[in-house]
Amino acid sequence: MVAPQLWLLADSRLPTGGHAHSAGLEAAATRGLVRTPEDVAGFLAARVPTAGLLTAAASAAACALGDRPAHAPVGWDPWDAAVSARTPVAALREVSRAQGRALLRTARAAWPSLGYDALGRRPHQALALGVVVAAAGGTPHDAAALAVHHLAGQVVSAAVRLLGMDPLALSAVHARALADGAATVAEAAAAGSAAAGAHDPALLPAASTPLPEVLAVLHARGDGALFAS
Amino acid sequence: MHRLDVADPGGGAPDPHDQDPHDQHPHHHLPPRPGRALRVGIGGPVGCGKTALVAALCRALGHELSLAVVTNDIYTTEDADFLRRQAVLADERIVAVRTGCCPHTAIRDDITANLDAVEDLVERHDPELVLVESGGDNLTATFSYGLVDRQIFVLDTAGGDDVPRKGGPGVAGADLLVVNKTDLAPLVGADVDQMAADAARVREGRPTILTSVRTAPAVTGIAGWVRDEVARHALVGRRA
Repeated sequence: MVAPQLWLLADSRLPTGGHAHSAGLEAAATRGLVRTPEDVAGFLAARVPTAGLLTAAASAAACALGDRPAHAPVGWDPWDAAVSARTPVAALREVSRAQGRALLRTARAAWPSLGYDALGRRPHQALALGVVVAAAGGTPHDAAALAVHHLAGQVVSAAVRLLGMDPLALSAVHARALADGAATVAEAAAAGSAAAGAHDPALLPAASTPLPEVLAVLHARGDGALFAS
Repeated sequence: MHRLDVADPGGGAPDPHDQDPHDQHPHHHLPPRPGRALRVGIGGPVGCGKTALVAALCRALGHELSLAVVTNDIYTTEDADFLRRQAVLADERIVAVRTGCCPHTAIRDDITANLDAVEDLVERHDPELVLVESGGDNLTATFSYGLVDRQIFVLDTAGGDDVPRKGGPGVAGADLLVVNKTDLAPLVGADVDQMAADAARVREGRPTILTSVRTAPAVTGIAGWVRDEVARHALVGRRA
């Protein structure tokens, strides 16, 4: 259970730019690949253990590393490079950095910390999330759980807004995805904590689902998109 | 906001547009400097003429003020592309923000993407005026004053002459209300005088301008209001 002071980070009303992202759902939906709530469930079942695992593990690692005193700042460059290497599509790296920048902006107001500056101006969203969770008093497991929660929330919310799906049916999909995602969260928290403990970003897991990543490129280049990703 | 044609510079790298040869500590620019720009939001329902007004203001003020524009069209970059085609402003001074089906969220509840866009423009061009055009939305969609310093709400005369009477946050609270397309009033049976009287009543002294951007493209009155606000902002600074 996430600690109460972290609930705001789980709340989609926290202004961090996430409302304009569909986490790949729009690109799949506009090509007819996602039409029903069952399709959304399938999309999440594919993305949570892959892209979700990576972002959750990187968030967990960043949370473990981010809780360091200001006089010994974290050297984020290797971690930044590791997340980039595991995000093979430039469009999604850009999406990640845009969301990381937005999250940091809000976090500076909500949970002030000297630890943010070392991340740079446009950090990957996963790394920013981990450091923000640390600043808010959360654990690496919290960071991993929030990363998966954000992914599922963006997908489901976009399905409601784009496809006019029954929001109640999608609530069931959402709840099931989060329950199923618990295993990913646990795996990510362990992997991220281990990588941080060893100061070795190479230990971060790498997993991908190629089709949504390719579609992300087309989405970013194409016209007629409502969501930023 | 998408900038897919540039290489990924890495999170710690300063934006290549931001480099200041005198600055040895680019990371210490966080959060970005606010700049001198007056930020003016332009909102209003779908089809009321927001983009046409932005284009007209760029033409009216572009030769005397340094300008930049952020568009929030619900459909991708259409408004930005319109402005580029009109050639009212250099391409790099127009940025489009995608809003994920929720234009009102992007200007009020979660302004982060628009703030990023505004601050990028401020850092690159140090404009005196940034116009932030909302996507077309409803009568309750207003800008957060965390994003803009002033806001203009635009109505379409043909959208119903009872709209000013109904009030609402945009009509009643905007710093300037523009009732556009008054040339259509006789065609749709709208009572423009009644609209003006209703607006005056709900707006408690805040100004209203009735015009037709199409037939009076110089937008003299609106440009004058913006010019005065830019001058006031230069003297007084940003709202608390």
